[in-house]
Amino acid sequence: MTAKQVLSPDDVRRAVTRMAHEVIERNQGIDGVVLVGLQRGGVWLADALAAEIARIAEPVPHGSIDASLYRDDIGLRPVSPGSVSDISFPIDGAIVVLADDVLYTGRTVKAALDAIGDYGRPAAVQLAVLVDRGHRELPIRPDFVGKNLPTSSAETVVASADGVTIA
Amino acid sequence: MKHFRSIAEAGSEALQRLLELADHMAEVNRRPNPKVPALRGKTVCNVFFEDSTRTRLSFETAAKRLSADTMNFAVSSSSVNKGESLRDTIETIAAMGVDAFVVRHKSSGAPWQISQWTTASVVNAGDGWANHPTQALLDSYTIRTAFGSLDGLRIGIVGDVRHSRVARSDIEAFTMLGADVVLVGPRTLLPPTPLAPATACLDDVLPKLDVLYLLRMQHERMNESLVPSLREYTARFGLTPERAARLQPHALVMHPGPMNRGVEIAVDPAELPGAVITKQVTNGIAVRMAVLFDLLGSGGME
Repeated sequence: MTAKQVLSPDDVRRAVTRMAHEVIERNQGIDGVVLVGLQRGGVWLADALAAEIARIAEPVPHGSIDASLYRDDIGLRPVSPGSVSDISFPIDGAIVVLADDVLYTGRTVKAALDAIGDYGRPAAVQLAVLVDRGHRELPIRPDFVGKNLPTSSAETVVASADGVTIA
Repeated sequence: MKHFRSIAEAGSEALQRLLELADHMAEVNRRPNPKVPALRGKTVCNVFFEDSTRTRLSFETAAKRLSADTMNFAVSSSSVNKGESLRDTIETIAAMGVDAFVVRHKSSGAPWQISQWTTASVVNAGDGWANHPTQALLDSYTIRTAFGSLDGLRIGIVGDVRHSRVARSDIEAFTMLGADVVLVGPRTLLPPTPLAPATACLDDVLPKLDVLYLLRMQHERMNESLVPSLREYTARFGLTPERAARLQPHALVMHPGPMNRGVEIAVDPAELPGAVITKQVTNGIAVRMAVLFDLLGSGGME
């Protein structure tokens, strides 16, 4: 099957700008807001959102988290963690905006929520994803979505700053 | 990986993977709550037929930080004293439901023997004079943290190489990672078959070393007349203040512990800028977490 582009790089850029505005609007500013990208696919999105928020308002702390040691499928398939988690700011009392490229079953987000909890007790956690492709297996919903993309579970979605393709 | 019994058996790909995994574990250990749920429901049993405090505690801490349950078996308070064989001991513990055995034994090869009697994973925590692969892993990790890589580094291993499982595993690991290893010690304490280039003159190689690795000088070697006296040993092979001054400014000083102060190390390591001996201990937990996670958590059942 050939890959079909559903979002161009420009579309991604516009979606990120809109999501940055939504983050600021929802939180009535950026007080206490921190951005955490999910290793590996969400890190660029957290960086891009951070850059946009810095442009629109003020810079906010941003980092990344690797949730592979919290997954519920450990032992069922090979796990190879991505880059090391990097959270160099306090999580206690912060409004954590988790960022990931594609929201699918919700299991990675659940693992990330558990991981975040080991760094501290956030005031709130919100979820930003570039693509929501459905097929949730857990009661998890995104707060900020770049694009809702109905898919079949046989398809593969690749999302990056260079666009979104489906194959 | 099913077992971790020697560096040579694991191979360089596994070695690299474990070192990268150890970075993640070190990050876990730096957190306010240094514990992850990765190995919930797994049981790790420490079976030590030889005395050890640091290795056993390190493995126990590593297992607990991954949320595994731990059991400890010490020979001194066990049925081995009533004449139970090694095989019966292992099979009895295995019947209680163990996912990994961490084994230290005075006989070389014991971990291979034990893995024939159980379906659990076996981690070698030291067998005879042969292997101590997790020590080699933590030493490699400590050097890699300081220099970024071991490739091209000159590492001198000084002392009783012949009777040292630490030295054997270190030589394998350091060489596998691209370092140049030189062994230094009196001829009576160097291995009969050369494992790496060797010399009896520490002062010749000292100024060129990136890492000075001091081995523990065991007192019982004196009784075997392998060294004339401890004073003689210190004079020729000990790290004295004069020798410390001749080290390169970036050189690391390492020791597997327990240290014989005044023998192989005649300076206070706290005053040596390059001493990373306590870092080795800290890193030991991270690399042992990496090993346990790789064996029990990575879908590793081949």
